[in-house]
Amino acid sequence: MATLEIKNLHAAVAEEGGETILRGVDLEVKSGEIHALMGPNGSGKSTTAKIIAGHPAYEVTEGEVLLHIEEDEFEGVDIDDDQLTWDLLDLEPNERAALGIFLGFQYPAEIEGVTMVNFLRTALNAKLEEREELFEDEEEAEADEDDDSGYDTSPMEGDVEEGEIGVAEFQEILQEKMELLDMDEKFAHRYLNAGFSGGEKKQNEVLQAAILEPSIAVLDEIDSGLDIDRLQDVSDGINALRDEQGTGILQITHYQRILDYVEPDHVHVMIDGEIAKSGDASLAEELEDKGYDWVREEVYEAA
Amino acid sequence: MSSEDHIKDTDTEARFEFKKEESSAFQTEKGLTEETVRVISEDKDEPEWMLERRLRALEQFQEMPMPTDWPGQPDLSEVDIDEIVPYIRPDIEARGGAENWEDLPEEIQDTFDKLGIPEAEKNALSGVGAQYESEIVYQNMQEQWEEKGVIFCDMDKAVQEHEEIVREYFMTKCVPPSDNKFAALHGAIWSGGSFVYIPEDTTVNMPVQAYFRMNSEGMGQFEHTLIIAEENSEVHYIEGCSAPKYSAFNLHSGGVEVFVKEGAHVQYSTVQNWSKNTYNLNTKRAICEKDGTMEWVSGSMGSKATMLYPSTILKGPGATDNHITIAFAGEGQNIDTGAKVYHNAPNTSSTIESKSISKDGGRTNYRGLVHIADGAENSSTAVECDALMFDNESTSDTMPYMEIEESKVDVAHEATVGKIGDEDVFYLQSRGLDDDDAKQMIVAGFIEPITEELPIEYAVELNRLIELEMEGSLG
Repeated sequence: MATLEIKNLHAAVAEEGGETILRGVDLEVKSGEIHALMGPNGSGKSTTAKIIAGHPAYEVTEGEVLLHIEEDEFEGVDIDDDQLTWDLLDLEPNERAALGIFLGFQYPAEIEGVTMVNFLRTALNAKLEEREELFEDEEEAEADEDDDSGYDTSPMEGDVEEGEIGVAEFQEILQEKMELLDMDEKFAHRYLNAGFSGGEKKQNEVLQAAILEPSIAVLDEIDSGLDIDRLQDVSDGINALRDEQGTGILQITHYQRILDYVEPDHVHVMIDGEIAKSGDASLAEELEDKGYDWVREEVYEAA
Repeated sequence: MSSEDHIKDTDTEARFEFKKEESSAFQTEKGLTEETVRVISEDKDEPEWMLERRLRALEQFQEMPMPTDWPGQPDLSEVDIDEIVPYIRPDIEARGGAENWEDLPEEIQDTFDKLGIPEAEKNALSGVGAQYESEIVYQNMQEQWEEKGVIFCDMDKAVQEHEEIVREYFMTKCVPPSDNKFAALHGAIWSGGSFVYIPEDTTVNMPVQAYFRMNSEGMGQFEHTLIIAEENSEVHYIEGCSAPKYSAFNLHSGGVEVFVKEGAHVQYSTVQNWSKNTYNLNTKRAICEKDGTMEWVSGSMGSKATMLYPSTILKGPGATDNHITIAFAGEGQNIDTGAKVYHNAPNTSSTIESKSISKDGGRTNYRGLVHIADGAENSSTAVECDALMFDNESTSDTMPYMEIEESKVDVAHEATVGKIGDEDVFYLQSRGLDDDDAKQMIVAGFIEPITEELPIEYAVELNRLIELEMEGSLG
């Protein structure tokens, strides 16, 4: 179990005089829960997602993004008492990934020449290795340092090192996850997102989450541009992440539509860089009927 | 280009001192003179005709001006022949350089270590004790192919043992010394290299590798490669100098001549990585007869400046030429590469795929020429240049010249220039890769069309070399 805790988060675009986007966001997502984060364009939903994952384009001016984990969070990793809470803002994006944070992109990068299978195995191994480094004590770290012969294997070839998931073992993992998501095997040998349709890209994001098994997955408008069949597939995948892996989901969306398939435990409405209102699944339905303006009015009236 | 600031003084010094020790007896003369050329030829016990060719080439070299006026070409003003030539003889004489691994400059030792190359191979690559290692490999290959009439040997030896063939083809029809100043220089003082002869209807189904052998001979900096593929034969020749070569010289001027006879198929692949003080100025050309196929696959790394444009003359109808090149330029480097294709017959086709990567102020140029002669109807060519840059300090230029004299042809050109995108890097980082690994993965993907063409060990080594270049840890 893990909990992502966002406290009073203020953030601006990371440049001189950069526009302030977040004005005090509070949010808590536990693994196994599904949260929907809704709101009009420009309200700060994507910014929140990117800051959680560590995108360098934003500067946090106030507040905290914490990740609380439990002692038995990662199989085979000993976690000390003083390693149960992590301030994500101090960590690199890959370190956050190693701790169990996943960001599903609205517009994933297309990387030519890198096959899916190669990329996914490299990512999984990198994550496991980084995780070990984060939790190892100082003595081990020093021993590792001495052992470092100065050459890391190429990410393309990825020689099998001790503890690494090898090609054959990974093939099995991949096959299992692809079956779970009802994906075509040929995906594995295509280049990462290159020439993928919008729907395939979204499905691929879910596949990656299934393989990397994050504690918390932030899915940024993963429903945009999907036809109804594909929306159903992607939604089934998201439900599987929660049901099979206990992943906590922060589902960012404009529309009620996806919430018909991925039923949220909590719904939050973000307006002008703040969570203006939170509620249960019925709040999403209310938004569908009435739009966002009534929330804005309600908040301003209260102020 | 500012001159010395990117070359560490200590490195240059280490190289210089090392070689000086080994070869002090040969450093008396300065400048390239007729006498020098005569001494080289005599050392090799060459026939009179070869000496004459050398001397003729020397004359041509002395007559020709340095190339200076190409748009955006690398600055060659530091290339001082008078300073370079005295270092040639030691290489020919010393045959192997250092006696002990420990005598090699540290940066070279480090590089081999980083590449994960085993001790025996390191010795071979550095010219230390290579005779023994390479003899075995060479013997095995000889036995296998000798029966078929295949010849694969050192170029110096070929002059002695296959004189008639060499006399006919050596710098006569393909790369004459008059081609350019450095071809002339090469003609005058060439040494070492490979000779490959494939008889008619013979397929050599494993790559012929010059990886071992050329080191056993100490590998001149002016090596000559002559490949003759008779009708309907097939061969893949690989020059695997993928480890950085230790060298006291700062000029490399090789020559490659390939003859692709009717229906023959030759692939010439090379992954080269030169020390950062090297001027790498080569002439490589193939002549392709009717229905023949020539394929060039090359990775150019290292060097201070490289000027290299492998070229193919499609002489017979139906001849095909494919180029795949990759260049990597880091700080203080200018890699000027490309390809030249002459469509001189109908129904000929060519493709050029050029990839370049530049970082830390490095500069890559694509310089290409496609000439389609009047009468070469139904010919087609497709040129694609992609440049990838790491930062705003790096530059990349594309100069694709097209000379089309025939109207019934199909010509395509496409060029892309891109910077390694922050969003791409962030995407991979969010999946667990650190910043360096993310960039390496993007570059590895970018060069994938090249690595795909190479045997796996070369592909791995190319990836490793680029990885080391990106870490800035290669000497």
